[in-house]
Amino acid sequence: MVEPAPWWAVLVVPAVLGAFATGAVLASRLLAARASGAPSRPRAVLGGMCDDVAGLLVSRRRTTLASDLVLWRLGVVGVPVAAILAVAVVPLGHWVVDDLRVGVVWFNAMEILTWAAVWAAGWGPNSAFSLVGGYRMVAQGLSYELPHMFALIGVATAAGSLQVGSIVAHQRHLWFVVWMPVGFAAFLLSVLGFSFIGPFDQPAGADLAGGVLVEVAGVDRLVLAVGRWLLLAAGAAMAVPLFLGGGLGPGLPAWAWSVLKTVGVLGALVATRHLVPTVRLERWAPLAWLVLLPLTIVQDLVAAVVVLLR
Amino acid sequence: MGTITFFVLAVAASALAVLVFVVDSMARATFCLLGSFLAAAGEVILLGLSYLGTVIVVMMVMEMVIMAVFMVMYMMNPAGLMPMSMVHNRRGSLAIAGAVFAGLAVGIVAIRWPTTPRRRPVPRATFELGKALMGPHMLTMVLLGVTLFSTMVVTVMLAVSHGRYDRLGDDLKGPDR
Repeated sequence: MVEPAPWWAVLVVPAVLGAFATGAVLASRLLAARASGAPSRPRAVLGGMCDDVAGLLVSRRRTTLASDLVLWRLGVVGVPVAAILAVAVVPLGHWVVDDLRVGVVWFNAMEILTWAAVWAAGWGPNSAFSLVGGYRMVAQGLSYELPHMFALIGVATAAGSLQVGSIVAHQRHLWFVVWMPVGFAAFLLSVLGFSFIGPFDQPAGADLAGGVLVEVAGVDRLVLAVGRWLLLAAGAAMAVPLFLGGGLGPGLPAWAWSVLKTVGVLGALVATRHLVPTVRLERWAPLAWLVLLPLTIVQDLVAAVVVLLR
Repeated sequence: MGTITFFVLAVAASALAVLVFVVDSMARATFCLLGSFLAAAGEVILLGLSYLGTVIVVMMVMEMVIMAVFMVMYMMNPAGLMPMSMVHNRRGSLAIAGAVFAGLAVGIVAIRWPTTPRRRPVPRATFELGKALMGPHMLTMVLLGVTLFSTMVVTVMLAVSHGRYDRLGDDLKGPDR
């Protein structure tokens, strides 16, 4: 039911992911404009985004004293690259770049690459606030990673497979979100975590004058910002085959269901960004380890018992 | 194609491993080591063990990031990029490295490899490998894991000057409640 797409899908996937990310940025800017009373007509919002992108493209990149340029650049570029590699296993309807037998682990590996990338991006410029931002990403990652992994393990246990196509096929009768809501919630929280957006934007926090963003200017800043939103879109796209039945649905073609569900998840994540304030790490870490982690383990137990009894 | 990939990854893994000792910063050394491990993970995937290879990527990225944090914390001025040498005790470590390398190389030649018909794909390769590696030693491995983990927790607990409940204040009610 999920089959490998032709080779040129490799070129289409970044474009599709970019379209989702652009939509998310526009929605987010629209909400921000509404909240602040700025002009919120679609044209004004679109124009504002284009202005900012053009401004970043023409402004100079910043250099700092005694920076570690190699790690800095690798880190900045690593964020969007990880997002694009992650969606290689995410099906859009029936098409997927490569339905790896270990697709879930692949996605997890690419998500973890963002830790290394953001830490390096924070380390590179030899700037204290930027460095603290990088360290915050690692602390945040350590907090969301285990609930994230247990959410993935629950899905893999229920489907008896690490292959995303097979996971979708197993949701023919019932979506996994129905009987694994805790896993779904943990997964969505970790999506906000690894794209360091919304309540989990501490690595780029305003209290750090921008954290990992503080020394990146010009095209570097654009690449890093685009990478964050691509990660958010990639996480939302992955939530669909894992928990929401992928392209399954009545009436419409499979790709349309995939797009609709992804837009829905992405919309919920963007809304969360504007509804929930930033969570401080020293509050989030105990919550993740003492509440979320046990809950996801119980969720996996439920999945395992259901599979055994089936 | 497979052969070319093998050699490219092998050269990359070795070259990055050498770079670990050439570069002058803990952060760069850590990332070179990470690159070397990723190339090794590529070799494992090339062997048809895609699960193990991908898990190596997951584990190594996570571990190297944590290692970078610890190494910088112990050895460098964390706010600056102080250059430092990655080598010490040159003679001793060269001797140890040479002996280990020779031992492993001799092992490759001397071992009696299992004789299976060539080019026959092994069904459930990951499972078979796990059984061969761990089979009778599962209990040992589990104990080892727990011991390692508790050692790490204890060393961190001993290293920090304040305890677990310090942040809650003397009355344990927390600073902002």
